[in-house]
Amino acid sequence: MEILVASAIGILTAGGMYLVLRLRTFPVIMGISLLTYAVNVFLFASGRLSVGAPPILTDATIYADPLPQALVLTAIVISFGMTAVVVMVALGAYLGGNDDHVDDPAVEDVQ
Amino acid sequence: MMHWLILPIMLPAFVAPFIVLAARYQIAIQRVISVASILAVIGVALGLAWSASDGTVMLYQLGDWAAPFGIVLVGDRLSTLMVLLTAVLALFVLLYAIGSGWDDRGRHFHALFQFQVMGIMGAFLTGDLFNLFVFFEVLLIASYGLMIHSGGTVRLRAGVQYVLFNLLGSTLFLFALGAIYAETGTLNMADLAQRVQLIDTQATVGIRIAAVLLLMVFAIKAAVVPLHFWLPSSYAEAPAPVAALFAIMTKVGAYAIIRVYTMVFPPELAATSGLHGWWLLPAALLSLAVGMAGVLAARKLDRLVAFSVIGSMGMVMVSIAMFTPAGIGAALYYIVHSTLAAGALFLITDLVRAGRANLDLTAQAPVAGATLTSAMFFMAAIAMAGLPPLSGFLGKLMILDAGFNTPQVVWIWAVVLGSSLISVVGFARAGSALFWKANSIAPDEDAEPAAAPSGLSYVAVGGLLSLLVAHTVFAGPTTTYTTAIAQQLFAPDAYLTTVLSTPGKLSDVKEGDY
Repeated sequence: MEILVASAIGILTAGGMYLVLRLRTFPVIMGISLLTYAVNVFLFASGRLSVGAPPILTDATIYADPLPQALVLTAIVISFGMTAVVVMVALGAYLGGNDDHVDDPAVEDVQ
Repeated sequence: MMHWLILPIMLPAFVAPFIVLAARYQIAIQRVISVASILAVIGVALGLAWSASDGTVMLYQLGDWAAPFGIVLVGDRLSTLMVLLTAVLALFVLLYAIGSGWDDRGRHFHALFQFQVMGIMGAFLTGDLFNLFVFFEVLLIASYGLMIHSGGTVRLRAGVQYVLFNLLGSTLFLFALGAIYAETGTLNMADLAQRVQLIDTQATVGIRIAAVLLLMVFAIKAAVVPLHFWLPSSYAEAPAPVAALFAIMTKVGAYAIIRVYTMVFPPELAATSGLHGWWLLPAALLSLAVGMAGVLAARKLDRLVAFSVIGSMGMVMVSIAMFTPAGIGAALYYIVHSTLAAGALFLITDLVRAGRANLDLTAQAPVAGATLTSAMFFMAAIAMAGLPPLSGFLGKLMILDAGFNTPQVVWIWAVVLGSSLISVVGFARAGSALFWKANSIAPDEDAEPAAAPSGLSYVAVGGLLSLLVAHTVFAGPTTTYTTAIAQQLFAPDAYLTTVLSTPGKLSDVKEGDY
């Protein structure tokens, strides 16, 4: 299970980084989404992986660490909201300038 | 338990939704509430700074949960100083936004402004790393709204870059936090400081990676080269009062570096040794050089000021990277100076804009109010470039003095003095092109003469400048206090004891009770 989770995080991060380095907003936003998925799984794994264990303190001897789950929940909400914001701002910039590059426009275009 | 400590966070947090819900369409009422709220926060911040000044560490346990289990707010000398600085800057920025009418050029300026202040205050006061992440997000979310306030394609485009870069930074922050939690099992800063000491010296790979990731996150916030690329466009295109408020946001990164890397990963910790001197100091020297070179190379005034912010952050980071009490003390003096100077410069940029076609550094016909504006620019530029007699000079002197006994003295002195010269030339060139040569251009007779900026705008800028003068005149007491702050930072026992030994819920649970 460890190798599966670790390679999933690695592949998501690699794909995300590749897309983030593209020049247009759509692939970049997709890349950011992949990166946030990767970090969510990573946070989840930071409390150690266990199967079938309750995330609360009970009489059982094995339980899953509940704190990473709370952290992941916070991270999911924030990244979800932020992705929505960046889509709206990017749409505004695209519709206003008819250009969806993320880098600075050339100097002569501005003037 | 003292409840005052949470008020700088709670007050803006309640005022902001109240403005949205109750005063949505009345800009006058919004202004009154907003200014009243900031004035109240200044009062509270003064009280907090006074109580912390004798070295006591104030603690607020949210929900009365004891430290490693619950989130705590901690007010020591450093936190309360930064809270006070934020509140004072926010007041003058708000006055300028009202005086210049910027707050009426889009919607919800005051609500977003209050949320932004709330996030900054929270970042300074929290004693928990994940909570620091949450407050970073609060201040960033508000700043996204403020950054694109009043719209425009160029501003939206700069906004996209700003939001994307900060989203990447937040993701990196989460990776760092996950790694730290996996290695230590805690995210409370005081608890972390103790547990990091216990890590086996043979198995430090994880914690070293976490320390470097965390440093990178804070370096992004502090705009340290080569992680500064987000700053010039976004600060130059943001509305002027927003850019002036953003002057404190780079300092949030500097504050986080000071806090975490004196307490959790101190320089004498074997696992992360070399991180401070080998990596942070060269990066800081590089940002100082790049920032001041950018001042000379900039073709527009707003970019020039943005690059001077990078340069002054470089100066702050040089001083921090020494990690000696003298270095941190000098850095804190310089942080106060550079926040006020950068805020004033961004506001002056907006004053210059009034009546001019653009902000290019070329001679254009003189406009109404140019005399006072140019006098203010002259003063703020002297402060930012670090010429005598203002506080920039004193701060730089202290940084040079603190660097004198370090092995890297040649590098520090060479870069600080060389970049100062470059920035003086850059500011002098900009000032002479903007103001001096303007009298040689005949004004366009047909054009409608532009109105001079309002009196309140000048009052706000003048207030910031007079604070700079006060910071210079009272440099003696201020330096004594910043040195006291640095000493408290390098003797964190009082902080650790207060946070970890104050009783609360769950604190009497022994191992094996559950």
